[in-house]
Amino acid sequence: MSDSRPVSLPIVLPDLPPPPRPALLTRMGWTGLALFALLAVVVIPALHLGTAPSHPLHVSGYAVTLGGKILCYAIVAVAMDLIWGFAGILSLGHGLFFALGGYAFGMYLMRAIGTDGVYQSELPDFMVFLNWKELPWYWSGSDHLGVALALVLLVPGILAFVFGYFAFRSRIKGVYFSIITQALTYAFMLLFFRNETGFGGNNGFTDFKRILGFSITTPETRATLFALSAAMLIACLLLCRHLVTGKFGRVLTAIRDAESRVMFIGYQPLWYKLFAWTLSALMTAVAGALYVPQVGIINPGEMSPANSIEIAIWVAVGGRGTLIGPIIGAFAVNLSKSWFTVSFPEYWLFFLGLLFVTVTLWLPGGVVSLWSRLNGDKTS
Amino acid sequence: MPRSVFAIRFLGFFWFGLLLWIPPLHAEWDPQLARMLASGDFDSRIGAIRQLVASGDPKVEGILKAMAEDALAVANDRLLRHSEGITVDLSTGTTLTPPLPAMEMVSINNRIRREIQAALALLRLFDAKREVRLTAAVALQNRATPEMVAVLERAMEKEQDPEIHDYLFLGLALSRLNSPDPAQRLTAVRALGDSSSPTVKVTLTRLLQNTQEPNDNVRKEAKTSLDRVSRRLAIGEAVASLFSGISLGSILLLTALGLAITYGVMGILNMAHGELLMIGAYTTFAVQTQFRAHLPELLDAYLLAAIPAAFVITGLVGVVMERTVIRWLYGRPLETLLATWGISLMLIQGVRLLFGAQNVEVANPSWMSGGVMPIPGVVLPWNRIVITVLALLVLAATWGVLNRTRLGLFVRAVTQNRAMAGCVGVPTSRVDTLAFGLGAGIAGLGGVAISQIANVGPDMGQGYIVDSFLVVVLGGVGQLAGAVWAALGLGIAAKALEGWVGAVIAKILMLVFIIVFIQKRPQGLFVLKGRQAEH
Amino acid sequence: MTPAAITPATRPNDEDYGSANLGHLLVPDTLDISHKVILYLEGVTVSFDGFRALNQLTLTIDAGELRCIIGPNGAGKTTMMDVITGKTRPDSGTVFFGQTLDLTRMSEPEIVHAGIGRKFQKPTIFERHTVFENLELAVKTDKRVRHSLRARLDGLTRDRIDEALRTIRLTHLAHVQAGLLSHGQKQWLEIGMLLVQDPRLLLLDEPVAGMTDAETEHTAELFTSLAGRHSLVVVEHDMAFVAKLASRVTVLHEGSVLAEGRMEEVQNHPRVIEVYLGR
Repeated sequence: MSDSRPVSLPIVLPDLPPPPRPALLTRMGWTGLALFALLAVVVIPALHLGTAPSHPLHVSGYAVTLGGKILCYAIVAVAMDLIWGFAGILSLGHGLFFALGGYAFGMYLMRAIGTDGVYQSELPDFMVFLNWKELPWYWSGSDHLGVALALVLLVPGILAFVFGYFAFRSRIKGVYFSIITQALTYAFMLLFFRNETGFGGNNGFTDFKRILGFSITTPETRATLFALSAAMLIACLLLCRHLVTGKFGRVLTAIRDAESRVMFIGYQPLWYKLFAWTLSALMTAVAGALYVPQVGIINPGEMSPANSIEIAIWVAVGGRGTLIGPIIGAFAVNLSKSWFTVSFPEYWLFFLGLLFVTVTLWLPGGVVSLWSRLNGDKTS
Repeated sequence: MPRSVFAIRFLGFFWFGLLLWIPPLHAEWDPQLARMLASGDFDSRIGAIRQLVASGDPKVEGILKAMAEDALAVANDRLLRHSEGITVDLSTGTTLTPPLPAMEMVSINNRIRREIQAALALLRLFDAKREVRLTAAVALQNRATPEMVAVLERAMEKEQDPEIHDYLFLGLALSRLNSPDPAQRLTAVRALGDSSSPTVKVTLTRLLQNTQEPNDNVRKEAKTSLDRVSRRLAIGEAVASLFSGISLGSILLLTALGLAITYGVMGILNMAHGELLMIGAYTTFAVQTQFRAHLPELLDAYLLAAIPAAFVITGLVGVVMERTVIRWLYGRPLETLLATWGISLMLIQGVRLLFGAQNVEVANPSWMSGGVMPIPGVVLPWNRIVITVLALLVLAATWGVLNRTRLGLFVRAVTQNRAMAGCVGVPTSRVDTLAFGLGAGIAGLGGVAISQIANVGPDMGQGYIVDSFLVVVLGGVGQLAGAVWAALGLGIAAKALEGWVGAVIAKILMLVFIIVFIQKRPQGLFVLKGRQAEH
Repeated sequence: MTPAAITPATRPNDEDYGSANLGHLLVPDTLDISHKVILYLEGVTVSFDGFRALNQLTLTIDAGELRCIIGPNGAGKTTMMDVITGKTRPDSGTVFFGQTLDLTRMSEPEIVHAGIGRKFQKPTIFERHTVFENLELAVKTDKRVRHSLRARLDGLTRDRIDEALRTIRLTHLAHVQAGLLSHGQKQWLEIGMLLVQDPRLLLLDEPVAGMTDAETEHTAELFTSLAGRHSLVVVEHDMAFVAKLASRVTVLHEGSVLAEGRMEEVQNHPRVIEVYLGR
């Protein structure tokens, strides 16, 4: 096809230049991140706590809770981008890891209620309601924060590792992987809907009272959780950025683009994919654990296939494979959701559906690509 | 139909004649009996009730009903009904004004009340309506006592309906079983051997277990009969479970067939497939509503009109989807997945706005209610049978379209080598649209079937999407036969598991099984074997 | 398979290659070419749905040899490469790399680490990575996740990549996205990726397809210079190119060897003329 074409390309470099290594972040990136950190970790909590509700700069409790919730979603979006944007694996089951992280932390919060529940029993209310006499074995130790935090990481981590190991070993790719992750989260949702499973059935966990002895509803706790979520988001972003700018990231994107070629130059894609997959699940689980005390409820609805697929749209809207894009996407989609469900509740699903269609058809690079297109950047 | 009308008429005359024939023996009640009913101890009052029933007098029902309503009174050995200030002489039917001075109300306790209920049930065996007699005869199975023998024998003599006759026969055997006479009991256990009722199995098992039966001969016969009944029951159970498995399988097949074309043959991962089913079901609902409003006399035929309507409407929705969205995403499966998911959300919300968020009611046509009984004790509901037949017809039609028509040839050509097909003059883009429309239309037919057995609501599609995909993936892409086997296999296995561990766990186990299965045989199931262009 | 199994086998430096057949020390998991043969295929059969792509194929390649394989379409050339690289498992037959390594029991990455490199028929490079990154990914190193997480480019690797860039004449395009290269350049990049892996045996499937005459000429020179230090198996349709390589030629037909010898001998073989050249 290009047999006779002489070698001519736009960029001709004189001799070997030093190999350009993408920095962890550009100067502008660092500035932006510092500003964001200042805003989220210091300014917003300070405004929430330090100003009177009538003050024009006051940040309301509603806004802080909403913001904290979306920060958790943004962590999930970053985690999803690591696996979808960079490894090309579309998971339709990340809601499961999010929910499992949430449930693991929710167990601690349920135990922390102590005897202040409706039935004033040491047991969580739903167990009293089911006439259970003692905690099931898998609840043991859940009253210690340390154990709960370990469970937040271990349960989703081990599940992701085992599931991923078998799926990637069988070289399940593309939509097949997506479908079986969807089936997985669906199966877990059915399981958690049962009362006998021991996680509160339909209603899940709610009515939390305190966390580490502090009341869960005070502005101080709320501001702290908000700042923690922001810090976690920054940490996850930097970690992922570090991974994808290094050799690991180049192998990962090579696997995404031509997996069998990667095998024929001697890499075992299984372990690369598994590492990214498990790490992604862990970050998602941590986000779930931060989410539950802020919204005050966790139930099996979080595991519904619809929830998981919505995560994908945050990433797609923001821009796949950019890490920063998914954060923007998570904020944009969830803020519109809050606005729609208040102003035009019946049109939210239309809007969301339209978003799925338009982004895939006309904006495959997400809003981030729009920005670079406006700047006249013609690459990619 | 005419035969049964004739039978009822005949029975009416017969009954009428019988009334005439009954000698007016009881124009005046036996004073002894009335006294016993009113003031004897409880045992003698129960005896009196039984005597009354055994007499076969048509007025007995009035007495028992009055007694059950605490309205029976006695005055001078006359039985009266006294309620709300009105007194009626039960033997003559005349109203007495003023009430007799020496009237005494008859009081009853729970034991007698039960006895009265049983007696009334027994009397219903002589009712003019077939349904009433059938219900009474069925109810009899659980409370047959030796005292009923005489009544049952008389009922059997009069009974013309074979089905009721069978029940009476069984009831008679059960009541004889409690008789003190070993010969009677022997006849009974022999007769019971022909039954296929679970009650009989329980009765015979209890009889043998507790060694209540002193007679060896009866015990031996009972054992033989029990074996026969058990075997028949086991067969019945297996048939019933197999049938419900096949029935579930055909529903799975109907929901998955459309997907077998759009995904299996064309490779389009349509997440809005469940919503196409939903649209098919709502079309059925709309057609039913139209029939109800404009053609109420033809209401039973609405389903026949709904089938083409659902096919056309969902097919059109599919065509629009393909033309506007899907065609721009060929070769990008993950994007197709997300875009079609978006479409599904819009379809759900659209239906919600049009028809409301609540479930709508789709009724079975009357010819689909009831069922057939191929072997006694196993009822196969008509709606399930119709759906199974519909699944077979749709399958045959789909197979025919794919393998026997020009469109099918084109579809297969395009999916195998798009460029080459285009070169030899196949209008590839039109073929894509038509094939997707066909798959969507078939999903609509699945929706019609689902509307007959499950809830119809805006969210119903979500529950079917995972199942449908699993059928197609399990069966192997591009193979209708694979989808058929997968659907039937999953249906039967799901029903078998359901009986064992319950529905939710069964569902979870099936999902886990499929996840494991895909791990074991990933590529072989999804792609046609051979040399692949991609590495 | 554990990650430990895919560590690069410790083996002597390239300089010792020629003398490897002097000693007879058997080291597990290393290439033993003491009998001067680097690759054995014996009685290999592969069928797809009843179609026999390889039929009792028996073939040996000597260490340091340059071998051309020709044959009509469907003769089984690509399937043979698939079998050697572990992509396809044979239904029957044995495939040995040197005296000790049973290739039918190794995974694709293990086979790469044992020292077999492959260039595909269609150039498969990482189009969205730069030329340099493509080579960096391919270069011989520890390829486990743990290592990749904190890998830094060292001077030695740098030198090796620079050298490969010069050999494949892409130095000036080192930081261009590989997808922008011409077809012939992509072919070279893939050859370069093979070179930096430093394999003992190179399998090259139609390496000069889409190359200009000058590029083909250069490739022929490159291959000839590689022979001796490496063993090469070249599958090619371009007869002029095969003639230029002046190596032994094996003709495959219907999944087995039809003829073998020098180009002139093969060209005059009556059966070959009948099924292939004579058409």
